Amino acid sequence: MAQHPLLSFAARRVFLGVLTLFAVCVVVFLATQVLPGDAARAVLGRNATPELLAEIRAELRLDDPLLVQFWSWLSGILTGDPGHSLVNGTAVSDIVYPRVLNSAMLLALTSVISFPLSITLGVVAALYSGRFVDTGISTIALALAALPEFVVGIILILLLSTSVFHFFPAVSLVPPGTSVLQNPIILVLPVLTLSLVCFPYLYRMTRASVIEVLGSEYVEMARLKGVGTLRLTFVHVLLNALAPVVQVVALTLAYLAGGVVLVEFVFGYPGVGQGLLEAIMVRDVPVIQLIVLLLAAVYVLLNLLADLIAMLLNPRMTARQWQSN
Amino acid sequence: MSLLGASWRWLRDLKAGAVGLLVGFLIVAGALIGPLLAPESPFDFVGAPFDLPSSYALLGTDLMGRDVLSRLLWGGMQILGLSAVATLAGVLIGTLLGIICGYLKGTTDDIIMRLLDVAMAFPQTVLALLFLSILGPKPWLIATLVTAIHIPQVARVMRSVALRVSEEDYIRYAEAIGLSTRRIITREILPNLTAPLMVELGLRFTYSIALIAGLGFLGLMADPSAPDWGMMINENRIGMLSNPWAVAAPVFILAILTIGTNVFTDALTGTRRAKPTLPVEETEVSATAGKIVGSGNNEAEK
Repeated sequence: MAQHPLLSFAARRVFLGVLTLFAVCVVVFLATQVLPGDAARAVLGRNATPELLAEIRAELRLDDPLLVQFWSWLSGILTGDPGHSLVNGTAVSDIVYPRVLNSAMLLALTSVISFPLSITLGVVAALYSGRFVDTGISTIALALAALPEFVVGIILILLLSTSVFHFFPAVSLVPPGTSVLQNPIILVLPVLTLSLVCFPYLYRMTRASVIEVLGSEYVEMARLKGVGTLRLTFVHVLLNALAPVVQVVALTLAYLAGGVVLVEFVFGYPGVGQGLLEAIMVRDVPVIQLIVLLLAAVYVLLNLLADLIAMLLNPRMTARQWQSN
Repeated sequence: MSLLGASWRWLRDLKAGAVGLLVGFLIVAGALIGPLLAPESPFDFVGAPFDLPSSYALLGTDLMGRDVLSRLLWGGMQILGLSAVATLAGVLIGTLLGIICGYLKGTTDDIIMRLLDVAMAFPQTVLALLFLSILGPKPWLIATLVTAIHIPQVARVMRSVALRVSEEDYIRYAEAIGLSTRRIITREILPNLTAPLMVELGLRFTYSIALIAGLGFLGLMADPSAPDWGMMINENRIGMLSNPWAVAAPVFILAILTIGTNVFTDALTGTRRAKPTLPVEETEVSATAGKIVGSGNNEAEK
């Protein structure tokens, strides 16, 4: 019976997530198909002749009723056939799929490098709270938290690849049809940028969480009992402090799903973000729709995951409290 | 010792905050009067593309051979103006929604907060890009989108503060003597939210600048011919090896400006050393000050 409110909260949260995804689908569909100067005109721009307009309108089924259009579009995406590019006629999935792999590679490397490092630094800063180490790292985190992603990227390019040193290539040139892994050096700067961008959030959360646990009564008790510093840190403090950090890890990944767009643009990295911007430049509506939906789905799912993790790790919070938070 | 340590830390935070404020103020003032100081018109061609700094162009020239320094002095108007509008509108609407939810509670609260939850679950930056690409970059659209991104987050923070303030005795008293709801909200609750309001303004301004500079960098600014810091960084990237100053100068200004406003905001919260900037903790400025005074008294008694 005690599980009941938690389960019902989880069910409601999942339902809200599904609803949000559906709402995102509707917004993306309406934005690209219905807004002023409809999609056909947007694609053709100044080259619009009546014949071309009619052709594109037929291709996009703009003359069908709205609901029919929405359904055929949504079912196309759900069955894995999101249509063809308006620019060169290739299947949208062929354009987007390799880019998804490249972006996933970027995010995976960032997580592997940045997350453990940020958490370790957070723990160290908390253990030496108020000392030089703490003040130093915290000041750096404060500055990094303020900087826009692309500014961090450009500063790294100025420092490491053009003006000061010449260690890494400034632009990620990948010949079509080859994997980024064949030339791993191009991954260095984008991964470094993304790692620096998400460092402050994880670092601050870990630091605050560890400081809070260090001040708790059971740590005081363990200390009084004579538990050694190492055992105290790893067994009594870390296990309890890392619970909220896990949630922030999921939220940071969700944030990166949006942040990756600008960072890929800075380095010309062939991922989904760069793909989205290229599609926007040439108004390739089906590609724009699919990429926005993919990024939105990742964002919504990771947010959902973060909430569920937080709920599981903190069973003391009842569903009612969650609602009012 | 603890008194000395605490006051030193307090002074240091205050000093860092003052420096942050000064830096932010200088850059904003520079951007406002910059057009008057610019030695050249930002549109005139004064030399070959990507010339290095020289006596006629102190920061060299850009990709079209225009004076980088003059474009830098002109380039802040658009970005700072839009950021200011979006910040003020977002914080104002968010605060009002937050107070209404926190004070009235009940069904109103439930409905508004659930809607804002859904809005927050949207990937905001990606959708902003989508709308800008479909509707075309227009100043009002950029300001509206950034405002819309701010509202749910501000409302959430302000609601939690208003919830606590509305439990205070003086609010009960105001209700008992029959003040109208509107009066209670504007005269009793709002003045007590000044501290968290300042913090939100600082945070949101920093975030607005980052967002709008990013849009300029992507080439999605309203007027592509007008000088703009974000856009300067992007268009001069191809000449980074010839005249790095054309990129480094606007990057430096944006970096200093955002770090300055963030340091100032952080000093306002006064919780950097104790807690990160979590919504609830941000409002505990007075509590921290109280603790310092408290520990000081103990020290004196000893």
